[in-house]
Amino acid sequence: MAQPLSKTEKSNYVLETKDLGIYYGDFRAVTSVNIPIERHKITAIIGPSGCGKSTLLRAFNRMNELSPGTRIEGEIRFEGENLYDPSVDPVEVRYRIGMVFQKPNPFPKSIYENIAWGARIHGYKGKMDELVESCLRQAALWDEVKDKLQQSGLALSGGQQQRLCIARALAVQPEVILMDEPASALDPIATLKIEELMQELKKNYTIVIVTHNMQQAARASDHTAMMMLMEDGKRSGTVIEFDKTNSIFTNPKDKRTEGYVTGRYG
Amino acid sequence: MANIATNGLKKKPLNLRRKTHLGEMLIQGLLFFSGIFSIFTTIGIVYELGKEALLFFQMPEVNLLQTLTSVEWKPHVGKFGIWPLVTSTLMTTVIAMSIAIPLGLSVSIYLSEYASPKMRTILKPILEVLAGIPTIVYGYFALMFMTPLLRSIFGNDVVQIYNTASAGLVMGILILPLITSMTEDSLSAVPRSLREAAYGMGATKLEVALQVVLPAALSGIAAAVIIGISRAIGETMIVAVAAGAGPNFTFNPFEGAETITGHIVRISGGDLAYDSIDYNSIFFLGLLLFSITLTLNIISQRIVRRFREVYE
Amino acid sequence: MKEKIAQPDYNVNIAGRNRTGTIWRWFFQVSTIFGIIALIALLLNIIDSSFGYVAYEAKVDPATLALNGVPLEEQSKEQLVALLQSKLSKGAFNKLDKDESFEKRSRANVFQIVNERIIKYEVVQVWDLWSSLTKSADIKATVAKDFPQADLKFISWLTADFITRPQSSEAITTGVRTAILGSLWTILFTILFAFPIGVGAAIYLEEYAIDNWLNRLIRTNINNLAGVPSIVYGILGLAIFVRTLEPLTSGEIFGLVDATTANGRTVLAAGLTLGLLVLPIIIINAQEAIRAVPQSLRKASYGIGATKWQTIWSHVLPNAMPGILTGTILAISRAIGETAPLVVVGASTAISFDPTSPFSKFTTLPIQIYQWTSRPQPEFRSVAAATILVLLILLLSLNASAVILRNRFSRRY
Repeated sequence: MAQPLSKTEKSNYVLETKDLGIYYGDFRAVTSVNIPIERHKITAIIGPSGCGKSTLLRAFNRMNELSPGTRIEGEIRFEGENLYDPSVDPVEVRYRIGMVFQKPNPFPKSIYENIAWGARIHGYKGKMDELVESCLRQAALWDEVKDKLQQSGLALSGGQQQRLCIARALAVQPEVILMDEPASALDPIATLKIEELMQELKKNYTIVIVTHNMQQAARASDHTAMMMLMEDGKRSGTVIEFDKTNSIFTNPKDKRTEGYVTGRYG
Repeated sequence: MANIATNGLKKKPLNLRRKTHLGEMLIQGLLFFSGIFSIFTTIGIVYELGKEALLFFQMPEVNLLQTLTSVEWKPHVGKFGIWPLVTSTLMTTVIAMSIAIPLGLSVSIYLSEYASPKMRTILKPILEVLAGIPTIVYGYFALMFMTPLLRSIFGNDVVQIYNTASAGLVMGILILPLITSMTEDSLSAVPRSLREAAYGMGATKLEVALQVVLPAALSGIAAAVIIGISRAIGETMIVAVAAGAGPNFTFNPFEGAETITGHIVRISGGDLAYDSIDYNSIFFLGLLLFSITLTLNIISQRIVRRFREVYE
Repeated sequence: MKEKIAQPDYNVNIAGRNRTGTIWRWFFQVSTIFGIIALIALLLNIIDSSFGYVAYEAKVDPATLALNGVPLEEQSKEQLVALLQSKLSKGAFNKLDKDESFEKRSRANVFQIVNERIIKYEVVQVWDLWSSLTKSADIKATVAKDFPQADLKFISWLTADFITRPQSSEAITTGVRTAILGSLWTILFTILFAFPIGVGAAIYLEEYAIDNWLNRLIRTNINNLAGVPSIVYGILGLAIFVRTLEPLTSGEIFGLVDATTANGRTVLAAGLTLGLLVLPIIIINAQEAIRAVPQSLRKASYGIGATKWQTIWSHVLPNAMPGILTGTILAISRAIGETAPLVVVGASTAISFDPTSPFSKFTTLPIQIYQWTSRPQPEFRSVAAATILVLLILLLSLNASAVILRNRFSRRY
């Protein structure tokens, strides 16, 4: 069961879900999720495969809608407003809540263009060169690519490509960055770089990360949501526990959480 | 005790040496011949067309320089300048492509980025039907529908009964499905993850389609356009029926002007004596046509091969 | 949504971009509708010409030719031949007999000659479907006033008679029988020639060919041949099949025709020419079908000691056959609709007897359409439209059977 929201913490919540359920057609993939996402913190969503972590994450920036037949029940609030209100434009949502994907997917354009394009379509009027440099610095990639900005983004290594994707997301200056298993396709050293990067980024952005890797969640996040399939056999996932990361890993309240984090299963 | 395993099969003495399968080798030979056969076709085309074209140029009335520079093709007075036929071919091609490219691209973008699966199952068969209609039927349509339509819009004195505009417009309809299907294949080949990356940053559907997906599929689109042009140049029946029955050096699309292909058809439909100058001229024109379309097709293949996008 | 916090450098303009998006989307939809409209316009145009009023006159009233109370339509072939002999000049009658003897001609053919030469139906005027439906009173009045001798009937130009009658020079008595049979005979030879070679080449390329320069050349060559304009194949066919191989294509080699009248413009030459044209299509489709056969099937066969050819014949080919057949049907569809190569090869313009052998002269459906479309008289426009309908129906059935074939076999696996 999720922790009740205390009144003093309310204004710190960038995102909040209320009894959130997510459907693919008639199939309910996610049930009854109530979690807050705190500003300038890293929130991790962990759990075994297939329990709906990515589905939940993609609900935050309405990416689920790209597949026809998906809908939600309940609410997601962004800065106190209903994200799924009919008057809300998903384009606007995604402009303010960015995403980094599991497999790095830079555009087949130059490194410079990868970053500049997003800013350009949103009508960026400032100096593009400075923006590109700033984003690459924030993504800890500048030193490695500053001499080859015109090279194709695809010519970089896997870890570099993923940092390029992060820089690209930063170019539109989102408020929240969603990361869907960003390091699962990378080697341990690249993974470590990404984790260090996240610590830097959280000073200016709010981060929600889905990860398979428990140690990563334990190392890098401030809060953790533990997801699992519900026990009614309907293959629907839900958040069974949500707390500060420390508590989840050292003193979990739910037996299933304890089983998962100690590696007994999942 | 009977050994069930060897009851039916008498095992031959062990001999693992390779046997010559005569039948197999014969069949393989036949198949190889079938494979090579297509090369004979190409050799045949080049040889026959080249041989008679050479004969054409050896005739006293024909002069290579005149052929390449003159703007009059009047065989009965010995004039064989190719330009009237070539400009007419160019005009019909340009008119056709000016319809087929924008509309073909639009339809393919619509199919690939906007249409629901149900729409797609309706639209794709319609395109296949359009592509499968014989060109003579399009020719009929050009003469019996498009020309009267143009004449009623622009006036009977502006638009002649035979004109390259009608033929060009209908040719555009003919080529549209070709461009659409090749382009749509290229667009579909762009991986979904690229689209997601763009949507994830708050791009609109149009921006994703035109600024991310389309550039990523560019080589396939270029190849489709070139193939379309090649098809337009080689198209015969639409122009034979609707474009005009006499060579005419003009840039006015509302006048009749025979194309290279239309001329070949008209000449060979009449009484044709072997080795007459008309007979040989067909081969020269055929060689010209073959060279142009072959070059375009090769360029198209090269473009795909060299610039094939790497997405990973 | 609330404004984003202090973003002075971004002119986000989401509303404007969405508007642009809507406009372009509208443009894409309209383009798609254009294609549909073009198709509908084409079909309507043809249907419009295929039905309607026709005013026609007969020089000789058929009722006067009844024999002992038996009307003309029911007389036997012998009676009709006798009629022709009595009414035509000796020279004309003998010429008809020489072109094709009356013994060999069908009754339908003789009846048509009677219509053409003795009764001499002539079309006075033709109206399309739209006018016929909307202005029928005006039409009736005009005909009564200007052409009092003529009969006015609302007909479909496409009738059972139309399909079974041979070609004739008068629009109202003509038919597409000659053309249909010509098309079928031609396609027969096209397939007899192209199918074995095409499938053989595909088997060679997919199962036997190693990656060397020769085989790469063969592959490139086939792809290039697929893009050669069809008229070039016609020219090639003219040079090789009609001219160089005349002894073969005219039947001279088999002693059927004597050398002075031998002419290579026959069904055989046409079939071979179209065969060259569709060969790349068959090869490419068969290649794809063979490639789609799972490798595991071949491995299983080799595993029990079968030879390469045994594997191909007993396992690969049967598995690939639906795809190969679909490709063949596509090739047939293409060949049936081809006009230009056959004009160059020499389809006959005024031929009214059925093809009887590979060495017959021929005409085909598309050629008929071309010839009739090129005639200035408006009644031939209707005849051409009716022929187009025949051709389209034929193609539709072919393609439908291809789709059924594809579905039936893909369900099985």
